[in-house]
Amino acid sequence: MEIVSQIAGSTLDGLGYIGSLASLGARAAYDTLVAPFHGKPLRLQRAIAQAMDVGVRALPILSLITFFIGLILALQAAYELRQFGAMSAVATAVAVSMSRELGPLITAIVVIGRSGSAFAAEIGTMKVSEEIDALETMAISPVSFLVAPKFLAMMVMVPCLTIWANAMGILGGSLFGVAQADFTFVRYVRASIDSLLLRDVTSGLVKSVMFGITITAVGCLEGLSTGAGAEQVGRSTTRAVVMSIFLVVVVDLFFTTLFFFAGSR
Amino acid sequence: MTTDHILPVPHLQPVISLRDLRVSYGEREILHGISFDVVRGETLVILGGSGSGKSTLLRTLVGLEKPNSGEILIKGRDLAKASTAEMDEIRTKIGMSFQGGALFGSMTVGENVALPLREHTRLEDSTIEIMLRLKLQQVGLEGFEYYAPSQLSGGMKKRAAVARALAMDPEILFFDEPSAGLDPIIAAGIDQLILQLKRAFRMTIIVVTHELASAFLIADRMLLIDKGNIVAIGTTEEMRSSKQPRVRQFLDRIAEPEISGELDYLQMLTAERPHAHNAVRRRG
Repeated sequence: MEIVSQIAGSTLDGLGYIGSLASLGARAAYDTLVAPFHGKPLRLQRAIAQAMDVGVRALPILSLITFFIGLILALQAAYELRQFGAMSAVATAVAVSMSRELGPLITAIVVIGRSGSAFAAEIGTMKVSEEIDALETMAISPVSFLVAPKFLAMMVMVPCLTIWANAMGILGGSLFGVAQADFTFVRYVRASIDSLLLRDVTSGLVKSVMFGITITAVGCLEGLSTGAGAEQVGRSTTRAVVMSIFLVVVVDLFFTTLFFFAGSR
Repeated sequence: MTTDHILPVPHLQPVISLRDLRVSYGEREILHGISFDVVRGETLVILGGSGSGKSTLLRTLVGLEKPNSGEILIKGRDLAKASTAEMDEIRTKIGMSFQGGALFGSMTVGENVALPLREHTRLEDSTIEIMLRLKLQQVGLEGFEYYAPSQLSGGMKKRAAVARALAMDPEILFFDEPSAGLDPIIAAGIDQLILQLKRAFRMTIIVVTHELASAFLIADRMLLIDKGNIVAIGTTEEMRSSKQPRVRQFLDRIAEPEISGELDYLQMLTAERPHAHNAVRRRG
């Protein structure tokens, strides 16, 4: 009986957490999409500054990681495919698994590490030093001032990064393709593009938008719920990272299932 | 405490008036029914020890904590029942200087001070620039607009925070521990600044502090709060001559009686006099 009530308790906690995430997301969406039409400022400049941070500055590390992931995928696929003499299918394997799954997921993980944690730390520090309170006493909503620009930046930049990650993954695969599977670079790229359906790319991009929303909501919520004291900022940052990774995988599972059944018809 | 202490000058309309304000954190009630009035141009100093509820009172006055019951009328409008839009409107008429300054670290001093103007007005950048210089001049920080808050000393941070609080020309200014963590000379400078604001702009000023020297210098009236209740409220002279034990203890800086044994500790916790047990112990 005790276990049942414990499970029920944590399920309720989990649902409550998701509720808070949704409410924060909805308020940010209102501030971004609706409030500008009621004469409230849309903080485009802050969003662009965030986008630089989230997107452009992530490019070097993301490129390197996804290039290697592409190469690893090619190696792993070739390990199986060479038994059937189907090495030419390596390009397809890499392109499809990158754009459907690994591109969005690896991008999300990198963004969590770079930006999700930074959101929690930034907002958490502001909470501890009474800056969030100061915003409120100045009649400036912390959600519209801090959270909404981050949502806007992430919803635009995470899909962009994902497209870039897909490309870099294919590039990584091509290194193996050219060196070991008798492709020329141009033929490898053409084989990759031919094997991709529009559906593969869009399903990845839909996922990446959802990942962006999830990461921002978790990072900002953890930041805003930081308690008093500097060590709490560290705790929120850790929680933000762990929670984001978990929820990104859950969201991934949900959408992959959805696309699986939607695609089978 | 009689009601004529609540209303300082009967014929003046109060700018702030609190009626039976109760605030809790979770189950625990922090403020047990606070009532007082503040009139225009008055400086009220809220005194109290650590954990007395004075900070909670200040946070409730600026709308950062929601009261359980009671009224907070600021210029006749109830903060406790205000919607978000009404709350924002009331908040543009008040300024708050936080204990640590609470300046935004990612912005320069100038951007910090200009932020409320950029958010709430449609003034031209050049006008904002002029107002910004004026506000910084008022607090003695001219020429510092391009500095980052982290480059300022503690006293300068406080001044910059005051400049930001003044940005919207508020009618009421709130200070949380203005001289906390400052050396005596810098703290005296902040006191002078508060006096200047009071004289030059006839602002209504509420200061929370436990620095007695500073309190007696700047206050028109004082309020001593202890364990969530108002112990005394009155002019500085009234407070100085007060015979109330708790007021005397606070003003004369007398330490709490030391806890000598577990029964004393029990007595402190329960605030009851343990009769029989005590007698037995003392005899032994």
